[in-house]
Amino acid sequence: MAEKFDAIVVGAGPSGNTAAYTLAKAGLKVLQIERGEYPGSKNVQGAILYADALEKVIPDFRDDAPLERHVIEQRIWVLDDNSFVGTHYRSDDYNKPPYNRYTIIRAQFDKWFSSKVREAGALLICETTVEELLMDGDRCIGVRCDRKGGEVHADVVILADGVNSTLARKAGFHGELKAGNVALAVKEILFMPEEVIQQRFNINEEEGVVIEMMGTLTEGMVGTGFLYTNKDSLTIGVGCMLSDFKANPLKTTPYALLEKLKKHPSIAPLIEGGEMKEYCAHLIPEGGFHAVPKVYGEGWMIVGDSGGFVNAAHREGSNLAMTTGRLAAETVIAAKAAGKPMTARTLKAYKDSLDDSFVMKDLHKYRELPQVLHDSPHFFTTYPTLVSRAAKTFFTVDGVDKKTKQREILGSFRSARRWRGLVGDAFKLWRAFR
Amino acid sequence: MIAVNVEEKLFQNRYKVDHGRPHIQIKDADVCKNDCEAQSCTYVCPASCYKAEGNRAVTLITDGCLECGSCRVICTEHTNVAWEYPRGGHGILFKFG
Ligand SMILES: Cc1cc2nc3c(=O)[nH]c(=O)nc-3n(C[C@H](O)[C@H](O)[C@H](O)COP(=O)(O)OP(=O)(O)OC[C@H]3O[C@@H](n4cnc5c(N)ncnc54)[C@H](O)[C@@H]3O)c2cc1C
Ligand code: SF4
Repeated sequence: MAEKFDAIVVGAGPSGNTAAYTLAKAGLKVLQIERGEYPGSKNVQGAILYADALEKVIPDFRDDAPLERHVIEQRIWVLDDNSFVGTHYRSDDYNKPPYNRYTIIRAQFDKWFSSKVREAGALLICETTVEELLMDGDRCIGVRCDRKGGEVHADVVILADGVNSTLARKAGFHGELKAGNVALAVKEILFMPEEVIQQRFNINEEEGVVIEMMGTLTEGMVGTGFLYTNKDSLTIGVGCMLSDFKANPLKTTPYALLEKLKKHPSIAPLIEGGEMKEYCAHLIPEGGFHAVPKVYGEGWMIVGDSGGFVNAAHREGSNLAMTTGRLAAETVIAAKAAGKPMTARTLKAYKDSLDDSFVMKDLHKYRELPQVLHDSPHFFTTYPTLVSRAAKTFFTVDGVDKKTKQREILGSFRSARRWRGLVGDAFKLWRAFR
Repeated sequence: MIAVNVEEKLFQNRYKVDHGRPHIQIKDADVCKNDCEAQSCTYVCPASCYKAEGNRAVTLITDGCLECGSCRVICTEHTNVAWEYPRGGHGILFKFG
């Protein structure tokens, strides 16, 4: 491959696909390289697709994208070992097109997105792992793949290679991930008939429910569980900070944690009879604002998970991936149109547009959240137990008067966590979310 | 904690194993044996690729690897994990993801 490209995009996840699509659409000569057998074969997600970010690049994606269900109800459950206290938010507003969010299956969705990228004119090569970046001093001039004669040159290389970004590390753009900045998530897909799903979750055809869970199930580790409805399958998973898995004195394995979640009396009836067809694991970069590395330099840019662009508080990632991919591509297109070289000076415009977008604004808003959760393990141990015990005391009819019950509940909170701790935690959480 | 057979889960997955070319390697087996107290890879790995042997040795078989990267990231004290992605087209092939 002696050819030279305007841009090489490494990876065919949402960030890489958006970048390659946008560049190709503008008439640039784009090479995209993906190590999987097909786009999506290496990728794992919950998965909720937020329409907005995709709509900005493919406005009519609803016509043929493989979408499972549009979400009409969001549940947030706090679990202790045998009960849950939760909120359900369902709105008919979510039941009117254009829908705001969908459940998807990544292997299928990525394949579809990739077909659009190729239609737009990008050249895609699969089953090819990029082994390292070709550098000329501190300038990136191309990539070397694990194929014969696998050196390819380009004016700019966009790293859309996901959370583990071996390439950026080898090139010295940033250091190793920190275990305290990534969550390890495991999940399974369970198949069952559409009608059963609709009955169990009280929904009609094409309507979906998502449940986010936190509580004692994570054994004090900072983490959450999730259960999403697809068309004829459910996705169930749990993720905790990797540092917490490592430090857990019980040495609980991720799959044991998932099994515990599946057996929880509030969950088991919802997934009963589901046929398990796949077991996955993946890291999620949850370090937030403070963990975002330098994302541009001489002839290179970083987009998506590779740059740590995930909003853990709202469980958003793929939309940040698509948005960063688009903004990077637009920067290259503008530079090219202006006849500018792809230097760090030129590519800085990418960082400026990131700062201007919801991506960095949201990450900045929640910049202290990872630390607050890390410092207050009570959110995952004491509080869920207290909340559910309070609910039980309140809802059990046993001849005890309500005032006594209320006093009992308050007392249980106070003795479990002295006032100062309680108020402090609440204040810190409020500040982190503010 | 419930006993879980992870092999049964992995059995559902599709892999194209690159025989004889493991993409992850323990750099120095003696370091696991002599210097690592925690051996956290043996319980953090979601595919149970790392096994604690009776004699404090740690063995690694990557066939069921889900390519998450956790083993590399947690081995911070000793950085004893040489971690690469498999050759293009090999390794885990998610049908759903
Ligand atoms: C369990 C879980 C649940 C999640 N739930 C949600 C959710 O509900 N909603 C949401 O918006 N986000 C969610 N996220 C986050 C979301 O999945 C990511 O933010 C998003 O996938 C990032 O996209 P990306 O393109 O940057 O990276 P990826 O999707 O990881 O894509 C990277 C691509 O690069 C390829 N690649 C890597 N290295 C190389 C190389 N050297 N050579 C060639 N190819 C390479 C990979 O094979 C892969 O295809 C979730 C994540 C997880 C793990
Ligand atoms: S990459 Fe993940 S699945 Fe593979 S051996 Fe390491 S921890 Fe286990």
